[in-house]
Amino acid sequence: MSSALIYLTLIAYFGATALWLGFFLAQRENFCRGGVWLLGLGLVFNTLVLIFLTWTVGYLPVATFGQTLLVSAWALVAAFLFLYWRFPIKVLGALTAPLAALMVSGTLLLAPGHGVVSPALKSLWLTVHIILALLGNAALTLAFLAGIFYLVQERQLKNKNFGFFYRRLPSLEQLDALNYWCLTIGFPLLTGGIITGSLYAQHTLGSFWQWDPKEILTLLAWLIYAVLLHERLTVGWRGRRAALLAICGFVVLLAAFVGANLWFSSFHNFASFLKQP
Amino acid sequence: MNLVLLGLNHKTAPVALREKLGGLLTDLGAAYQELQSHPELLELVLYSTCNRVEGLCATEDPEKAIGRMRAFFSNFPEVTPGELDKSLYLHRDREAVNHLFRVAASLDSLVVGEPQILGQIKEAYRQAADSRATGPILNRLLHKTFSVAKRVRRETGIGDHAVSISYAAVTLGRKIFGDLAGKTAVLVGAGEMGELALEHLKSDGVGRIIIANRTLERGLQLAQRFGGEAVSLEELAGQLLFADIIISSTGSSHYLLTRDQVKGVMRKRKHKPLFFIDIAVPRDLDPAINEIDNVYLYNIDDLKEVVEFNWQRRHQEAAKAERLVAEETLKFLEWLETLAVYPTIISLKEKADRICEAELKKTLGHLGGLNPEQRQALEVLTHSIVSKLLHDPIIFLKRQHQPSRPHRELDLVRRLFNLDPERNGELTDEE
Repeated sequence: MSSALIYLTLIAYFGATALWLGFFLAQRENFCRGGVWLLGLGLVFNTLVLIFLTWTVGYLPVATFGQTLLVSAWALVAAFLFLYWRFPIKVLGALTAPLAALMVSGTLLLAPGHGVVSPALKSLWLTVHIILALLGNAALTLAFLAGIFYLVQERQLKNKNFGFFYRRLPSLEQLDALNYWCLTIGFPLLTGGIITGSLYAQHTLGSFWQWDPKEILTLLAWLIYAVLLHERLTVGWRGRRAALLAICGFVVLLAAFVGANLWFSSFHNFASFLKQP
Repeated sequence: MNLVLLGLNHKTAPVALREKLGGLLTDLGAAYQELQSHPELLELVLYSTCNRVEGLCATEDPEKAIGRMRAFFSNFPEVTPGELDKSLYLHRDREAVNHLFRVAASLDSLVVGEPQILGQIKEAYRQAADSRATGPILNRLLHKTFSVAKRVRRETGIGDHAVSISYAAVTLGRKIFGDLAGKTAVLVGAGEMGELALEHLKSDGVGRIIIANRTLERGLQLAQRFGGEAVSLEELAGQLLFADIIISSTGSSHYLLTRDQVKGVMRKRKHKPLFFIDIAVPRDLDPAINEIDNVYLYNIDDLKEVVEFNWQRRHQEAAKAERLVAEETLKFLEWLETLAVYPTIISLKEKADRICEAELKKTLGHLGGLNPEQRQALEVLTHSIVSKLLHDPIIFLKRQHQPSRPHRELDLVRRLFNLDPERNGELTDEE
């Protein structure tokens, strides 16, 4: 049941990817409309998988890296569709859809873990911590994608190169505003994720802060975003510098999300969620 | 039914001749009245723009119609027949349809892709329709023309790319600012190209306009014209704080603004983007300004490159549009071909009616003394027999008609029912 739903999600996301890329190349409006609908359909399947899994195992499926990717894909697509509704910058879909499709592919490729799930995952506090952190990640991923588009378009305009990308990418102002918007949504979510996490740690482990690699990297990313937001609000930083900083922040965040699980031993490591029986 | 299109355009005729003919066609009502008095011109549309004068007619007798149209054009005393003959081109049937579609889609224009031509042809058609000069064929053709032109605009990028320097500046501005509404534009120095660019910016919604000129008087004049404010050239650096777009076209021999001047103001501007357009030669603005973050500087050569590039794009799109037009031309001709069966259907029906009438008359003469109801019943009987009998041949004609072999079925039916008794003897089998 759940694997069938995962496949449906995957097909919808890949279909959406094809349509968005088609839109990007051919600039046909109906491709983009189709892409939005397919992404929406994929999101419905994705939501159903998550509900089904949560219902059968009794906790949000984040015990393995693969499962977490599924939740992350859900958060990314949900954030994108929400953003698209308020801020219809179409080209963003051409990067979001493939990213979501790759994440769900990751879910299917990574071996599902077997074992006894740590009872900690059943805690409501921890679920809130994870959801906030992943939604924050999703919004900041979109800020990162907007930053990349900004840098590309800025290069075209500075170098007076009016080719492929110049025609297809929206104006600098729009891309910059998109970056800012995603930051103002993503940053509070990330902050909330950190706070709930440390409160939970205080409650269970007796201290707010563990100097865990994932914690350190996330704090670093948080600081980068805090600087960016501060400079944007006070000095009026924008454009290239803001885009670069958003990209830096995302790279650190990505290291925290992926690297901390693969390279370091930590209690955020997925291996610690599953105890071999 | 044949279509004939006669006309001249910017490629075949000098501007003086186009002006003369265009001027003479101003009284279209009279022109239509005169031309409609000739029976060979069944349906007619005349249109003239600054680049072309053309007449299109539907006729059964193309040679006579061509002569009549040619005579009409050369009838004006201002036009000498010699210069007219050199300039006139003639398109028939397929070429005529194709030409009209190309004209309306702005493929035949001086500036390929310019949008005005469709409106001009619509207006010309409205006048022709008002003068009752058009009929079923041209009505359909013209409506098809409008939809083809719209399709070309929708499905190709023929009108998307700015091909004038002043307009290219506006499209660049849109790529930087997205929306120009509420932005402030500063024009430094007067000059045709700068003013043109400012006009484009204004029609695109630029909020505030400031003119900085060496002589304040001229500046005030321009400010009045554009609804802006005038400042002196010395205040320019100060204006950088509020400006978003700066167009510079002075005759100054040194740079008006340097990199450091602009860089100094960026922090105070909270790094809001600045867009400089330097159309002066020699240049007014330090090229190093382009290196500053959030500042974009384009000089006249850069803009020329944009325009050149857009021309190429437009011509690529035009090739796409040509394919589309050719496809639609074919579709219209298919429809026109099916029209060819209607005269045969009509004469078939007429012949049947004639026989009915004659036979009824004969029979009623023999019988005599019938009451009106009986007479009517007899008439209904004969007519329904005939129409039932003709039903299948008519359906055959309508359905079997193939544009590729237009005359085969028609000839067959005409011979079968002997619709052309005078031709019957000379007809030979086509195969």
